[in-house]
Amino acid sequence: MTTARPTRRAVARRQAGMIMRIRITTEPGAPPEAPPIDAHAVTCRYGDDVAVEAVDLRVGTGEFVALVGPNGSGKSTLARALLGLRRCDGEVRLFGRRPRDACRAGLVAFVPQRSHLAPVLPATVTEVVTSGRLPARGWWHRPGPPDAAAVAHAIEAVALTPMAHRPVTELSGGQQQRVLIARALAADPALLVLDEPIAGVDAASQRQFRDALVHLVQAHGTAVLLISHELGAVASDLDRVVVLKHRVVFDGPPRDLVARGVHLGVHAEDLPAWLEGLG
Amino acid sequence: MTGPAALAALRFPWPFERLSMQLALGAGILVGVVAPAVGAFVVQRRLSLLGDGLGHLAFAGVAAGLLLGWSPVVVALGVAAAGALGIEWLRGPGRTGGDLALALFFYGGLAAGAVLASRAAVTGRSVNVVPYLFGSILTVTPADLWRVAGLAVVTGVVLAVAGRALLAVALDEDAARVAGLPVDALGALVAVLAAAVVVTAMQVVGLLLVAALMVLPVAAARRVARSFRATLVTAAAIGAVSVVIGLVLARAADLAPGGVIVLTSAAIFAATSVAGRRPSRAGR
Repeated sequence: MTTARPTRRAVARRQAGMIMRIRITTEPGAPPEAPPIDAHAVTCRYGDDVAVEAVDLRVGTGEFVALVGPNGSGKSTLARALLGLRRCDGEVRLFGRRPRDACRAGLVAFVPQRSHLAPVLPATVTEVVTSGRLPARGWWHRPGPPDAAAVAHAIEAVALTPMAHRPVTELSGGQQQRVLIARALAADPALLVLDEPIAGVDAASQRQFRDALVHLVQAHGTAVLLISHELGAVASDLDRVVVLKHRVVFDGPPRDLVARGVHLGVHAEDLPAWLEGLG
Repeated sequence: MTGPAALAALRFPWPFERLSMQLALGAGILVGVVAPAVGAFVVQRRLSLLGDGLGHLAFAGVAAGLLLGWSPVVVALGVAAAGALGIEWLRGPGRTGGDLALALFFYGGLAAGAVLASRAAVTGRSVNVVPYLFGSILTVTPADLWRVAGLAVVTGVVLAVAGRALLAVALDEDAARVAGLPVDALGALVAVLAAAVVVTAMQVVGLLLVAALMVLPVAAARRVARSFRATLVTAAAIGAVSVVIGLVLARAADLAPGGVIVLTSAAIFAATSVAGRRPSRAGR
């Protein structure tokens, strides 16, 4: 049996009694020694336009990192490059492996923008979340009791248990986003990448979203890379903020960003405009 | 006792008292179940016209088979399967979009079929393509029935083993790829399965109508089902019922069975649409 290695920050939170209310029965992932994300000189182009230029990015085990930047600054492009979904120049290693190999090993989960979850057919919350268990047990295996338990706990962690058997098309936008979070929780990944997961989501759902992410970081030691314009809900939980304007113009703890005049919580609404002034 | 002999020994009520109608019933029900079961994954991937495109490719295969003197069904299966893989490849990242890929094969297949059929006619071969285009369910032979049954078994096994992974890919290809699922292989599996359904079903409803049997029962089922599993089961049931009702009506009114089967399926879709649907909150 292996245990996750939470960060000092997470340990301090636990000792302060901030640990979440959700009970975990699945074993945490076992992050290897190599950092979850280790990228060097990543450059992505769309024709002659450079979307991402010579980006170095490292995310450690159990780190909660936000990737922010103005609209069109290359955040989503960088995320896709990190995950092996887009070919770019430079070198990307996830847990010391090529992205494709790390993904095949079931170490990584991805929460896309909510618009990606628009099932044509009425899949239920449980069916969608269960699809997150496929890497854990082999996609050809029938789900067993441990899978059902993991799915139930993932749904519970995002407070959707009463809606577990409802079609996701009947849920609100915020609830649908939490379904995607639950799908990632069910996979029990060592690295979670989220692309604008709470765009346009109401405040209550943002709090649920924050709880689910903190749950994942603290209880599972999962490294989280969150791409978002709306960081107010998680501002106090972040270990680092990376500001991208095609290249990295800031990489450090949120307090250092505050020293440069950008307050993640206060400027939740107009963060992109504030970030224009950086670099 | 063989399957057809066993069928003959049973006493079926009107309109299935003849062996030809019994074989049509058996093949039709199997196709009615299998086509929507595969179609559900096609629809979920927003490729509802895939069956049409594959039907046109299969038409080219039929014409090539008639020209070469080979089995039209076998050649059609090969061409449709190759085309299905080609469409999947074209849909890949950085290549042609899904609808454009379909259009390319759609019209290319139809044009190739017309050229090959005309060439076959010039060489003096029999080029009656009408049964392939509009179906000839009343000419189903025992061998045809076994072939359809084989497809049903293979489809059932594939969906039992890979159905959950296919759903994961259909819901979100990027997330499935990051989760380590073999997205390309699973996509190819669905495409080839759809090609096999199209070619197998062409005798039941014809190449021009087979896509309807893959899509209409699924569209009707989504109006009443509340889960993906329930959608699969309901769509398969609607497909089978459409075939039975279609055969009865076709026999009673002396109509073309393939067309009546598809119209029955369309009527069921209309009925489920009128029966009401929960409001979707997606996109809020």
